[in-house]
Amino acid sequence: MKHLALLVRTAAAWLITLLVVFPLIWLVLTAFKTELQAIAVPPQLFFTPTLESFAEVNLRSDYLLHAGNSVITSFVSTLLGLAIAAPAAYSMAFFRTRRTRDILMWMLSTKMMPAVGALVPVYVIAQTAGLLDSLTALIVVFTLSNLPIMVWMLYSGFKDIPPDILEAARMDGANVWGEFLHVIRPLAMGTLASTGLLCLVLAWNEAFWALNLSSAKAGTLASLIASYSSPEGLFWAKLSAASLMAIAPIVVVGWFSQKQLVQGLTFGAVK
Amino acid sequence: MSFLELRGVEKNFGAQRAIKGIDLAVEKGEFVVFVGPSGCGKSTLLRMIAGLTEIDAGTLRLDGRDITKLASSKRDLAMVFQSYALYPHMSVADNMSFALRLASVDKAVIREKVGRAAEILNLTQYLQRTPKELSGGQRQRVAIGRAIVRAPKVFLFDEPLSNLDAALRGQTRVEIAKLHRELGATTIYVTHDQVEAMTLADRVVVLRDGAIEQVGSPLELYDRPANQFVAQFIGTPQMNMIDTSKFPALRDVVGATDAADGFIGVRPENVVVRPAGSGRLAGHVELVESLGADTLIYANVDGLAPHGGLQLIARQNERTELHPGDAVGLDIAPASFHVFDRLGHTVAARAR
Repeated sequence: MKHLALLVRTAAAWLITLLVVFPLIWLVLTAFKTELQAIAVPPQLFFTPTLESFAEVNLRSDYLLHAGNSVITSFVSTLLGLAIAAPAAYSMAFFRTRRTRDILMWMLSTKMMPAVGALVPVYVIAQTAGLLDSLTALIVVFTLSNLPIMVWMLYSGFKDIPPDILEAARMDGANVWGEFLHVIRPLAMGTLASTGLLCLVLAWNEAFWALNLSSAKAGTLASLIASYSSPEGLFWAKLSAASLMAIAPIVVVGWFSQKQLVQGLTFGAVK
Repeated sequence: MSFLELRGVEKNFGAQRAIKGIDLAVEKGEFVVFVGPSGCGKSTLLRMIAGLTEIDAGTLRLDGRDITKLASSKRDLAMVFQSYALYPHMSVADNMSFALRLASVDKAVIREKVGRAAEILNLTQYLQRTPKELSGGQRQRVAIGRAIVRAPKVFLFDEPLSNLDAALRGQTRVEIAKLHRELGATTIYVTHDQVEAMTLADRVVVLRDGAIEQVGSPLELYDRPANQFVAQFIGTPQMNMIDTSKFPALRDVVGATDAADGFIGVRPENVVVRPAGSGRLAGHVELVESLGADTLIYANVDGLAPHGGLQLIARQNERTELHPGDAVGLDIAPASFHVFDRLGHTVAARAR
């Protein structure tokens, strides 16, 4: 009986995993096909892989420029966001007032408005400031749109640190910066790392603002992929190749930070 | 001028006046204990001295300097928290040396100071462990070690023993007393346990509702309480209280013939239990607590039930064969009573 239940559970888990991962696998496969193979009916599972699509993507558009823009916007906006969100979360977690909860809810509520609602004002501001198609505009917008989530995540992480420990550090002669550096940072490493990584991914994947505020000069990888869709007809193989090249860097970053992330998360758990 | 001086110190939490104008002077090397029931403001007052809670009014001076508005980190005070508040991510040695490392003290000096503190506190073999690998008593000693390594101007203790079990509490209490004798450091210690207050303090500050009820040496408080509250707060079991308006006849029995409308207080050790038929009062035993060295006898005085009844607690060193329900005689030792007026202020103290 127990064996059967385990078997069913395992099978279900595999099935769901396969369903979730299948589009990704198909993306990878399609990227190594020719356009003809890509639209072949029935779909081909086995074929001779080719790098033709990758070559063409590189030829037709400047991959390195877009990748560079993505790296700059996501890393700078994440660091900037952490620098703003950490003090905010610190004050809300350790110096609570009656309104703290309300402020947090208000911050979250800004995420509930569809981004398109703010498009016109943001666009006009960017235009007036002469920042259209600039990395600065993207960095500012990415930072601001991720801030609520960062404050919330850091707040819930900091809240678990006993305030006594911070007071002890204060008595030991630590100023606010010392408190953060020597006590909060090591104790909330998991929270800081996971918040940073999440926002890195969110900024990397951000398409709406990237498409609307930038074009040739400051376009991110999201704009690159978009340029392979409808207007010029659907080129599945090239679109897949571009997508694969767009997600590859962030997957690599995730892969390497995995260890630190898990370490950080479990550190908090056994404290 | 005193070493640490509080003048008209106040704290308000919204409309609630938590600390109502405290004046207190602490001399260098003194061991002062703040004691009082929970909610009396003793921890708040300590946190105000520490700088962890803001002072709303009044001034705080330390060693001739006004530190009322100074940040905790610059006050040069060390605090031992009830929860110990050790840094969970640091070893014992790092916990103890944290303040010195922040102050960029020379590494060799740090090693020497930590080593010496660890030796005093029997922590030498645990220096490389993290707090979670230590027992409660050991964590407590690390917290104390963290304070003594710094040699601060004043040690602040916030109910440091309340998380320990009874045996360890007694033992640590003795160690703290010994440590204070050796280091001679100025100490302010908060507790709700009057035994800790009586055994550790040079001077005890009794607080109630954010105000000082009395300041004095432990025996001063015991022998000459300023009011009914202090009289009943200090000493276990509590001082017996006789309401003279309910039991006017008892004035003569006690010998306090001049006591007007108010209360007469008698410590349990001054209530003498005699065989039935002798003694000036007759009563029945309600409960006997044999503690070994001490025996507590709770007796109801006969004939007072219509007026709400009166129970006297007697404490004696001799053991007893009495059982609940037994008839006894009761006497009050001569000239061993305290007289309080209707508001609880001491009118006269005849006790030792």
